[in-house]
Amino acid sequence: MEKQKNIVELKNISVVFDGETVLDKLNLEIKDKEFITLLGPSGCGKTTTLRIIAGFVEPDVGEVFFDGEKINGVPAFKRQVNTIFQRYALFPHLNVYENIAFGLRVKKMKEAEIEEKVREMLSLVNLVGLEKRKIDTLSGGQQQRVAIARAIANNPKVLLLDEPLAALDLKLRKDMQTELKKIQQQLGITFIFVTHDQEEALSMSDRVVVMDGGKIQQVGTPQDIYNEPENAFVADFIGESNILDGVMIDDYLAEFSGKQFKCLDAGFAKNEYVDVVVRPEDVDIVPLEKGMLQGTVTSVTFLGVHYEIIVDIGGFKWMIQTTDESRVGDNVGLFIEPDAIHIMKKSEYSGKYGDYSSYSEEIDHLSDTEEVEN
Amino acid sequence: MKRKSLGSRIVAAPYIVWSAIFIVVPLIIMIYYSFTDATGVFSLANIAQLGKYKKAFLLSILYAIIATLVTFIIAYPLAYFMTKLKVSSQKMILMIVIFPMWMNFLIRTYSWISILANTGLINKFLAVFGIGPLKLINTPGAIILGMVYDFLPYMVLPIYTVMTKIDRSLLEAAEDLGSSALDKLRKVIFPLSLPGVVSGVTMVFVPSVSTFYISQKLGGNKTMLIGDAIEYLFNLGPDHYNVASALSLVLMALILICMAVMNRFSGEDEEGVII
Repeated sequence: MEKQKNIVELKNISVVFDGETVLDKLNLEIKDKEFITLLGPSGCGKTTTLRIIAGFVEPDVGEVFFDGEKINGVPAFKRQVNTIFQRYALFPHLNVYENIAFGLRVKKMKEAEIEEKVREMLSLVNLVGLEKRKIDTLSGGQQQRVAIARAIANNPKVLLLDEPLAALDLKLRKDMQTELKKIQQQLGITFIFVTHDQEEALSMSDRVVVMDGGKIQQVGTPQDIYNEPENAFVADFIGESNILDGVMIDDYLAEFSGKQFKCLDAGFAKNEYVDVVVRPEDVDIVPLEKGMLQGTVTSVTFLGVHYEIIVDIGGFKWMIQTTDESRVGDNVGLFIEPDAIHIMKKSEYSGKYGDYSSYSEEIDHLSDTEEVEN
Repeated sequence: MKRKSLGSRIVAAPYIVWSAIFIVVPLIIMIYYSFTDATGVFSLANIAQLGKYKKAFLLSILYAIIATLVTFIIAYPLAYFMTKLKVSSQKMILMIVIFPMWMNFLIRTYSWISILANTGLINKFLAVFGIGPLKLINTPGAIILGMVYDFLPYMVLPIYTVMTKIDRSLLEAAEDLGSSALDKLRKVIFPLSLPGVVSGVTMVFVPSVSTFYISQKLGGNKTMLIGDAIEYLFNLGPDHYNVASALSLVLMALILICMAVMNRFSGEDEEGVII
């Protein structure tokens, strides 16, 4: 991965719509043949970033490079990228075959070549036999496949995917995730995938770009992003986190919740205020006397694989995921290994993400029923 | 279809009565006159006489086709460019297009006489440069101009409406797949705007083919179109109602056939687009 050339480079990109900054001095290098995901809440600028690469949005400031060449001002139809649109944007007046053949016909390819290419695409996305069907007679999943086939029939170097799975139900979405990943490996091209679904991002991507407020918050492998979040926003957005105010007493020694803990982080100033992240699955519930922290269980939710337990420690509600059952009202101890503690510099997001007091809201967030509209 | 409830029948009743009185009954009267003679006896003599009006029929169709074509050529690009403007500008142009419709159709037609006449506005202007006077009024060109002018809004509005409803993401998709502006127009915008075109063409063709006022005022009574013939016969008095009715019947059949043909172009799904 390291030696691969950059297929797309965004340098110092800023975009302002109606006086509102959508992208703020964004820099991003996308490597050839990688599966990279732009992840963030709605309005974070991820779709705008994608549209800049596609050529639908011109940045107000900054440069866009494609395969080493500056492509600012190059119209969308001349760019070697293709897009899978959020609502597919299939042509309603054309059948499946003609939708897939659209780009090839524009290029004035020979009829025999078009036919061969369309057949190849149909079998790649498992739609053989549906070529004469009208678009509105297809299911959501089938339309999705037509959209994929139509885009990759043009042999793009980079495929842009704008929340392509958002309109599908959960089961279908999981299947399509696997399939998209497979197609990407089969074709050996770059996929730039936009989503607000962190699970989707972690499971599919080589690298994840976490965005918020028009800025990149962190770029890294899914493991980096999850295990070493850069700031409180990333820690909160990706997975569940207990984010506490702490003080770095010294290298490898942090203080939070009124106690001192050994940790693996160093390089902070002495007594620097920091944010401390502890993932719910990294906390063990132990008998009261063996615990490093002591608290009371206020809520227990059984989720199949594990329990989600809320423990009140001095007013801060921790979330703990464990396979051991506890009961509401139990006084328990918490045990945290040094490698479970992750220290982050204070940022503009510090203090924005509280504890799990409003647990029911968090459940809503987990089920992620948010409907994505354009 | 489920059976209609009593409530919906009561609501529909006035419309049924209305259409019966103002559409069905006149049609029956027209058909009755078409197939009877002046004494009310069944007769095919009226239909047999229609051969005399062949030239008027052909001319009406020819003029209507030319007028529709010219209207389309003006309206389509206008509608297309309108959709590219800011919404406020779109509204303003729409207003300008609709504005003449606030004035009576007869007055609008009449006003062209003073523009096209030998001593009219254009010839007066040309005379300043020593040109003319050109013969503008009482020509086929003047009739077609009148038709185009009077019916243009009926072409612009349906095309514009359909065009604004085209999903912008389809245009982006076309562009993404390598389409230049021309490709986009040819392969996406035009096919998707076809229902509006069919609607517009019908709304211009039908009144053009049956018009009588425009041809009389701007064509100077020289050109007899089918509408003129019908009007002329009715004005001659009750004895001529029968032939006039037969002419109207044939004209109506002709229009229905034209509409059926046009409907085929808009594809099988687009039923009901035509008013």
